[in-house]
Amino acid sequence: MNGELSPLLSLSLYLALASMMAIGGGVIMLAPDVHSYVVDIHHLITSEQFAAAFTLAQAAPGPNLLFVTLIGWQIGGLKGALATTLAVIVPSSALTLVILRIASRTTDSRLARAFKAGMAPLSVGLLAAAAWVLGTAAGVSFRSGLLVVLTIGFILRTKLNPVLLIAGGAVAGLLGFV
Amino acid sequence: MTSSDQLAPAPPDPPDRPAAPAAPDNWALFVGFSRIALSGFGGVLPFAYRGLVEQRQWITAAEFAELLAGSQVIPGPTICNMSLMVGFRFGGVRGALSALGGMLAGPFVIVILLGIAHQRVGGLAPVRAALTGMSAVATGLIAATAIKMALPMLRRPGGRTLNVVLALLAFGGLGLWKLPMILVIAVLGPVGVALAYRRDP
Repeated sequence: MNGELSPLLSLSLYLALASMMAIGGGVIMLAPDVHSYVVDIHHLITSEQFAAAFTLAQAAPGPNLLFVTLIGWQIGGLKGALATTLAVIVPSSALTLVILRIASRTTDSRLARAFKAGMAPLSVGLLAAAAWVLGTAAGVSFRSGLLVVLTIGFILRTKLNPVLLIAGGAVAGLLGFV
Repeated sequence: MTSSDQLAPAPPDPPDRPAAPAAPDNWALFVGFSRIALSGFGGVLPFAYRGLVEQRQWITAAEFAELLAGSQVIPGPTICNMSLMVGFRFGGVRGALSALGGMLAGPFVIVILLGIAHQRVGGLAPVRAALTGMSAVATGLIAATAIKMALPMLRRPGGRTLNVVLALLAFGGLGLWKLPMILVIAVLGPVGVALAYRRDP
């Protein structure tokens, strides 16, 4: 249509394709790939903007996929937010509805099990990569690393609500700890 | 199939579920999933379990596990796929879209408002400092989720070493060497699935 839309359009097409690869976990696994695309390759936003979008989406209630919404917002306002969100939702939702309508009674359960079990290690690796990319996107320091480790400890050892931890992170930042 | 029933006004007493709460109509699905989504800080899944199984009793715990497994096998956001499945069960395609709409509409608005606020005040030093701290915690949350997912894999003896190698390769490929995800999944995915298929009795 015009030159202004095309980066957004190509980003949306890329996201639509990428969302179909998010198997066995959230769209959060897409974070490293999306970071490469919007920051390193196409320079649509800065690494710091990416980290902010990701963090705000984590702090907000709702599905984690909404970090994509904020990236769209940073690039193209409301139009961008809608475009990137729909790009992530529509293809997989259409597929889900098709599968539901066909009523998957004929699914080979051994193959389905193997699919889940076989993709699980990949999900773990991709999630760890997402943490790595987010952790390094905003710059690394000893203290921010310490905060990461503390958070992991709290999540694994206690039943604290993650929101409290995020709020704690904000306080730590305000007090100049990180 | 209840989909055709949902197009007509809901009957006052659903005869097939006398003890359980009434099957939700499309509006109830939208509202129910909205409330679940809006309480879902730091991941919606635990709140989906509470809302769907414990509070509203729309589905049982076993059905929840089944639907979750199904949502994970289908590509795309797990929680969205799950919303579609639950909605579909009560209201067909319209029910599915009502549930998905509820899952996304409220959080979408909130995230946009946060985005606007960030644009206004994001440059201020205190805001940037707070965000830096929040980013570190968000990083820790994701890493903790990865660890939680890895633990059952590590406890199961079958194929443990191979699973660790696959996870490390996926991490290195995407996180360190910045390979395209499609390449990482296209190479490692079939290997993982084939190995799991062979292990399965």
